[in-house]
Amino acid sequence: MTTMIDPPKAAGFHISQLLYDTRYRSMTIQVIVFLLVMGLGAYLLNNTIINLAAADKDIDFGFLGNRAGYDINQLLIPYSSDSTHWRATIVGLLNTLLVAFLGCILATIIGVVAGVLRLSKNWLTAKIMSFYVESFRNIPVLLWILAFFAVLSEMDRKPRSFRGEDAVNNMWLWDSVAVTNRGTYIPAPIWGDGSALVVITFLLSLLGIWAYGKWSHRRFEATGQILPNFWYKLGIFIVPSLAVFFLLGRPIALSIPEIKGFNFSGGLHIRNSLLALWLALSFYTGSFIAEIVRSGILAISKGQTEAAAALGLRPSRTMNLVILPQALRIIIPPLISQYLNLTKNSSLALAVGYMDLRSTLGGTTLNTTGRELECMLLMMMVYLAVSLTISTFMNVYNNSVKLKER
Amino acid sequence: MSAELQNHLADEVAIQITNMNKWYGDFHVLRDINLTVQRGERIVIAGPSGSGKSTMIRCINRLEEHQKGQIVVDGTELSSDLKNIDKIRREVGMCFQHFNLFPHLTILENCTLAPMWVRKTPKKEAEELAMHFLEKVKIPDQANKYPGMLSGGQQQRVAIARSLCMQPRIMLFDEPTSALDPEMIKEVLDTMVTLADEGMTMLCVTHEMGFARQVADRVIFMDQGQIVEQNEPEEFFNNPKSDRTKLFLSQILGH
Ligand SMILES: Nc1ncnc2c1ncn2[C@@H]1O[C@H](COP(=O)(O)OP(=O)(O)O)[C@@H](O)[C@H]1O
Ligand SMILES: [Mg+2]
Repeated sequence: MTTMIDPPKAAGFHISQLLYDTRYRSMTIQVIVFLLVMGLGAYLLNNTIINLAAADKDIDFGFLGNRAGYDINQLLIPYSSDSTHWRATIVGLLNTLLVAFLGCILATIIGVVAGVLRLSKNWLTAKIMSFYVESFRNIPVLLWILAFFAVLSEMDRKPRSFRGEDAVNNMWLWDSVAVTNRGTYIPAPIWGDGSALVVITFLLSLLGIWAYGKWSHRRFEATGQILPNFWYKLGIFIVPSLAVFFLLGRPIALSIPEIKGFNFSGGLHIRNSLLALWLALSFYTGSFIAEIVRSGILAISKGQTEAAAALGLRPSRTMNLVILPQALRIIIPPLISQYLNLTKNSSLALAVGYMDLRSTLGGTTLNTTGRELECMLLMMMVYLAVSLTISTFMNVYNNSVKLKER
Repeated sequence: MSAELQNHLADEVAIQITNMNKWYGDFHVLRDINLTVQRGERIVIAGPSGSGKSTMIRCINRLEEHQKGQIVVDGTELSSDLKNIDKIRREVGMCFQHFNLFPHLTILENCTLAPMWVRKTPKKEAEELAMHFLEKVKIPDQANKYPGMLSGGQQQRVAIARSLCMQPRIMLFDEPTSALDPEMIKEVLDTMVTLADEGMTMLCVTHEMGFARQVADRVIFMDQGQIVEQNEPEEFFNNPKSDRTKLFLSQILGH
């Protein structure tokens, strides 16, 4: 006779256990999903091969070595229409990376500022920030790109209006920056003899700032004294580089844009396509980041702020020592996906004629060679590689700040 | 009264609250609160939920702002002057119902944070101080763990140690045992009794009537934002005067 307290008998294996026994259930599901995915993949691949064969096509990346035969309007590395499709691809990729990089930085700045200000006790500030966030994240980014581009190219600031003694429009920042409807012209460095030394000094002073930070923290721990770190760091940032710069007789000159005839020459020309894309992507993604930052800060319970206040910590210290270290852990994972979104959204560049990877490899190259499948495959691989790289770096950072006890 | 004697008396007063009023919007939470706490006095504050007990003690270290009346802590008047607020917060420690330990810092770091950043104590000294108080609350061996790894009772004892590290002259407790399982309440109360025996000025909002009988010099009963009655524990429990106190006591003591 069995009673309630008898241990369960080692019963035989029933086929239904595969579905109802927690020990096997997840395994069963994984096997089924795996089989389904493999089956679907095999079917699609088979289908593609049969269709390609029927259309007398094959998969061949050889065209990448052929002459591209088209021009690209923004070059970070040398390129001409005689260069290969492969080189055009690289040029496009670099342009994608440029706008993605600039965009991630500006979006983060905008997002953090807007997110923090939206929590402000000042009614007007908070409302303005809410307005910004709601208007940007609720309108498709493509429209924002087109809108920024339209505003930039339609504004009444033709280069020739900068001419003459009493010109209609003026350059900004001590006559060094010209914002025109044909793009923005900014000063460009001219690297003379010895400029490498200045750059090296600058890099060393960055190292110096880091070392100073370590030293001053150790000093704080030993003596309890808090130094005005910001000003000291600013000093290290500026002074050595400037000193070397002047000691070497100013090796780095600036090429300032100047109006010559009907257009500007000298300096660096930033096209409206890049500007519009950069600003639109940054403000759009910034509005999402603002929400992430805001909810990250809100998620840290009020009790934390109160406990810190009761201990006598001032609000700014509370923010730096108690709230931010905890909020960052909540903020970073969704921040990664915003960076990925921005990078992928940059492929809308085509809309304003910015020559990114999508416009070179996925645009002109694809159209002129007719190699749709290869171009698409390659493009997907590149975006995948870029995205994976970004998330790998961010995940490493995320792991370094993760809560340890959970 | 001679000026000298007056000074001496003032010196003995830890907290002086006069005609304090507070509103949340239209809602009048605290009405004409008058309370004088002598140095070394141990006060238990009781009353039904929502009667304003938390709000009152949170006004003492300016976690809440009062709108009328005067609060003087250790001779410093609470006003919007940041210097006064800083000074008072350094004198007054507080423990919360939900401990509010910093989860990203170890127990030791929780205890050294404020001494280092507020009192500018060197790290080594701050750590020695922290270990001293962690030993006092009987958990020195947990110093390098994170708050999430500790039981509720242990966390509350760490919170007490964290406050003590600022070496306050007054301690506020807002229902320190209400979030704890029954078997952990005693360990926290024991810690508080030790503190009381050492002469700490204490204001405790609590429903632990055993604790009140054992250590309180005075029990204060609050209802609807007012101090309804105050008395020595024996008198308070055996001979309550107002009907509201009688009703409350009959509910809380169960029968
Ligand atoms: N931030 C706030 N805003 C509006 N009303 C509040 C706020 N905090 C507390 N109250 C109200 O004030 C009253 C007193 O609250 P509290 O001091 O927490 O009571 P107790 O601690 O005695 O339970 C309650 O009715 C509560 O709803
Ligand atoms: Mg309360």
